Amino acid sequence: MGNFELNKSIIWINLLIWYREAIFEKRYLNNYLNGENNMKKLLSIFAVVAFAFSAHAGTLDDVKNRGFLKCGVTTGLAGFAAPDDSGEWAGLDADMCRAVAVAVFGDRSKVEFITTTGKSRFPTLASGEVDMLARNTTWTISRDVNLGFEFVGVNFYDGQGFMIPSALGVSSATELDGATVCIQTGTTTELNLADFFRLNGISYEALPIETNDEGKENLFAGRCDVYTTDASGLSSTRAAASDPDKWVVLPEIISKEPLGPLVRHGDHQWGDVVRWSLNAMIIAEELGITSENVDAQMSSNVPEVLRLLGVEGNYGEMLELSNDWAYQIIKQIGNYSESYEANVGPDTPLEIARGLNALWTQGGILYAPPFR
Amino acid sequence: MNEMNQVRKPPVATTGIIGWLRINLFFNWTNSLITLFVIYCLYQFIPWILDWTIFSADFKYNYLGEQITNQEMCSRNLDPENGGACWAVIYVRFYQFIYGFYPKVEVWRVNIAYAMLALALLPLLFAKLPYRKYFLYFTYIFPVIAYFLLNGGLGFTEVSTNKWGGLLVTLVLGCTGIALAFPIGIMLALGRRSKLPVISMMCTLFIEFIRGVPLITLLFFGMVMLPLFLPEGIDMDGLVRVLVAVTLFQSAYMAEVIRGGLQAIPPGQYEAAKSLGMSYWRMNLLIVLPQAIRISIPPIVNTSIGLFKDTTLVIIVGILDLLGIGRGTLADTNWLGLSYEIYFFVSLVFFIFTFGMSRYSLYLEKKLKTGINMGAD
Repeated sequence: MGNFELNKSIIWINLLIWYREAIFEKRYLNNYLNGENNMKKLLSIFAVVAFAFSAHAGTLDDVKNRGFLKCGVTTGLAGFAAPDDSGEWAGLDADMCRAVAVAVFGDRSKVEFITTTGKSRFPTLASGEVDMLARNTTWTISRDVNLGFEFVGVNFYDGQGFMIPSALGVSSATELDGATVCIQTGTTTELNLADFFRLNGISYEALPIETNDEGKENLFAGRCDVYTTDASGLSSTRAAASDPDKWVVLPEIISKEPLGPLVRHGDHQWGDVVRWSLNAMIIAEELGITSENVDAQMSSNVPEVLRLLGVEGNYGEMLELSNDWAYQIIKQIGNYSESYEANVGPDTPLEIARGLNALWTQGGILYAPPFR
Repeated sequence: MNEMNQVRKPPVATTGIIGWLRINLFFNWTNSLITLFVIYCLYQFIPWILDWTIFSADFKYNYLGEQITNQEMCSRNLDPENGGACWAVIYVRFYQFIYGFYPKVEVWRVNIAYAMLALALLPLLFAKLPYRKYFLYFTYIFPVIAYFLLNGGLGFTEVSTNKWGGLLVTLVLGCTGIALAFPIGIMLALGRRSKLPVISMMCTLFIEFIRGVPLITLLFFGMVMLPLFLPEGIDMDGLVRVLVAVTLFQSAYMAEVIRGGLQAIPPGQYEAAKSLGMSYWRMNLLIVLPQAIRISIPPIVNTSIGLFKDTTLVIIVGILDLLGIGRGTLADTNWLGLSYEIYFFVSLVFFIFTFGMSRYSLYLEKKLKTGINMGAD
């Protein structure tokens, strides 16, 4: 923290630059709500901020002393994190938070969910208001390196897709020549779309929209032929339709959106805890351990199962956790597949097939390093 | 009896219902045409909206008599011909809309706070309330009581503001913003008109800076940048940071509104007060401000209503107010696609509060007769 005073003044300067541009360009509202245009300026602030706080170590101890985990999630995204009827947060990302809480405390309720928006998530993490983010955040080089965060893995492989009315009779996005496309302005999806159509030598007309709701209404009202956003978002849009069968999601996925939990740079011990909480769920699926059979598996004769469940070895101690941390995760949260099926899988209204998110042994790319 | 002495009634066409209709709705042919057109529009619209919101709507059970627990069970999703609004989502989520994630065992505290808020507003709303003085004392200490009730302390278990949400957050933000901004706004307005250059410049700078920035920027600053400048170990609550931003924003606007009122007071009033030997503060408190605030009532209520609605912006910084809870509900896979119902409900709640405020201002204007001239001529 020696350079903190210096850093503070750099933060101020960055803030002033950003503030001036926000005022004079009069784009603030759009930028806050949707665009990533101003992101670069904000990034530079966060980078400094993250640097200023990078010397702050020992998140695991902080969490243990506090008695609960502070986990940043979305303000509501179907299947990933949303409050259920009783006010409990549910979803794939919420499960990720709970898994870490279980690893540290052995208790799935020892977590406080902090809602963050696309704009507030990074500063919230950088300032230490949350211990980790599990917030549908795409792992990119600038976020990992420049922002000073550490992505510890991928808990959902997403990608930008297209949704059209099935009556259009189109089976591939390359046949969409001349279509009107509903597109959220100021996002990476806009750039991906332009690239895709240019590469394929076809034309389109963009209908700019601000929110997912707006895209949905425009598509359902027939004001655009195609709606494009991340595939998981398309699934929830489709599920919200009065007659979901009238809409199809085309097979083309035109971008890589690996979504994963992240922590602050510079605290590798804490990063390891979050990373292996996620890996434990994936490995449990590989080994066929579920919340149902985990007790029976304690007497398994497979060495890796015994290591994971803490019967053999002292992997928990290495992480400064109790030795049954992985057992508790599987017992209280379930393995990756259980979490996936309960929140976004084919039996939920979202109906997202495993696809890329299947295990590497089953045609997907979900792959965790060995537990030894 | 002489014919001439008989009292003659006015022509039928100018009195009673018929007269009113003639004068207000069918005065000439353009007027009549507009009236007929509006009636036709209402005829088209009202039955449809009544049918959708009430007659064909599901409140708790769908048309098969089952209790609705997700959107697939809504009548309109089972049979599009047969259903209107699906209010069951509001019914199931009512707790969240009103209290957010406040723990159920502690929720009586919020209920008491709501009841006390109504009690605290009574003496402000009704000037003829018996024992009004004592009620007013209660109004002054209410914020302190509400703080301990809602937040904890003094023997109450602490409930982190992270668990607050829904109407609770909307009301806390709206009421605190409006209540705190009023005195600060008065001070700023007086300060800006002050003859002491330092005070006047500082107030002008503050007002112009805050008014030159959108509320979103202030919220973002309070939420994101403020914690970075605070010394380590001092952890300012998220809701408090937002409250500070909202109050600063509102006081700048309030100051300008009150300054407008101050400017409308003729110099004779100041001079008269001074000639009676009144000090600056006595002059302002007894002579100038009562008149200035009286004529500023419409714009004061106007900015207050504006602020009340602007509180929905706090979703940007991740605080779930009434609208935020609505959006969260829309993201629950059980309730996907019920956006009409949720937005309708949220707007209705906002409408009730803002309409109440505007009615109250009309009542105040009538009571204080702000329309009359106060020696300006």
